[in-house]
Amino acid sequence: MTIIEFIKQPWPWYVSGPIIGLMVPALLIFGNKTFGISSSLRHVCAACMPAKIPFFQYDWKKEIWNLFFVFGIFIGGILTAMYFKDDQAIVVNPSLINELSGYGLTEINGLVPEQLFAWSELSTPRGLIMMVFGGFLVGFGTRYAGGCTSGHAIMGLSNLQLPSLIATISFMVGGFIMANLILPYILSL
Amino acid sequence: MSNNIKDTNTDFEVRSLDAMCVNDEQVNTPAWHNLKYLVFGVLFGIVLIKAEVVSWYRIQEMFRLQSFHMFGVIGSAVAVGALSLFLIKKLKIKTINGEEILLPEKTFNKGQIYGGLLFGFGWAMTGACPGPLFAQLGYGATTIIVTILSAIAGTWVYGKFREQLPH
Repeated sequence: MTIIEFIKQPWPWYVSGPIIGLMVPALLIFGNKTFGISSSLRHVCAACMPAKIPFFQYDWKKEIWNLFFVFGIFIGGILTAMYFKDDQAIVVNPSLINELSGYGLTEINGLVPEQLFAWSELSTPRGLIMMVFGGFLVGFGTRYAGGCTSGHAIMGLSNLQLPSLIATISFMVGGFIMANLILPYILSL
Repeated sequence: MSNNIKDTNTDFEVRSLDAMCVNDEQVNTPAWHNLKYLVFGVLFGIVLIKAEVVSWYRIQEMFRLQSFHMFGVIGSAVAVGALSLFLIKKLKIKTINGEEILLPEKTFNKGQIYGGLLFGFGWAMTGACPGPLFAQLGYGATTIIVTILSAIAGTWVYGKFREQLPH
């Protein structure tokens, strides 16, 4: 097995989790930056359409490192697709496969189900809700909460911040409610 | 412009609330130094995809308690992050530019609950938090650009109606 083949396999949690955790000291030591990603969405608003809204009146150029970071994530995605793509089918829990097939999502492929996140799906109520409304909630909710999984769950919890614990529990509760109680109705549309 | 921002924008008093870096580097570094964040971003993007934490299926499994994977990733990331911060404080580790590392204290407000729940809804729908969205797009899920633009719109709408929302 070559190194490339080794990298191509899905990484277990005990390898990837610690690497993600090391982002916290890396960003601090290399530039005194606290790990967080959702702020980048705010900087885009401040840069492109501040519209005299006080929340977007700040010197976004001082936060430009954050935009470099998310652009890097995008490039990382491209490089992975080019060089480290796993040819094996993704392993998914059988009961999830069973549930999804009930909504007509029979093909298990990619990072996101292609049957659900296709351009043609944007003209269906289901696709529109999942992509547009789902995205809206991600942007609205993270800013309202003052951070996302990186800023609160990883950076905030690492720094033993109680507000971040409250936020992280809220993320999980929201996710459980959506996935188990609401999503079945949306996916059945 | 940058000098009078503090006077005109009271919102900046709550920068830590908004998870931005309150501990800016005071050392003036050339703009190309930002490329280091690009490198970290690339590494982070590769890890996100190979760890499958940007997989819609893994997120669904997490919220249905059908897999330990996501809990393991987040849990071990927090453990390593917490240990790192403990060492940074204990050993008074400085930045590569010799600056003291200051960590922001977060203050509680109700937004962390309301916003947290709403983000949880969005996370379970899109299978992604903000970072993974960019990784999914780079990996070739082109429709995610719609989700990213929607997320930017969501952030904008929050900013617009911030004063009217309970915090």
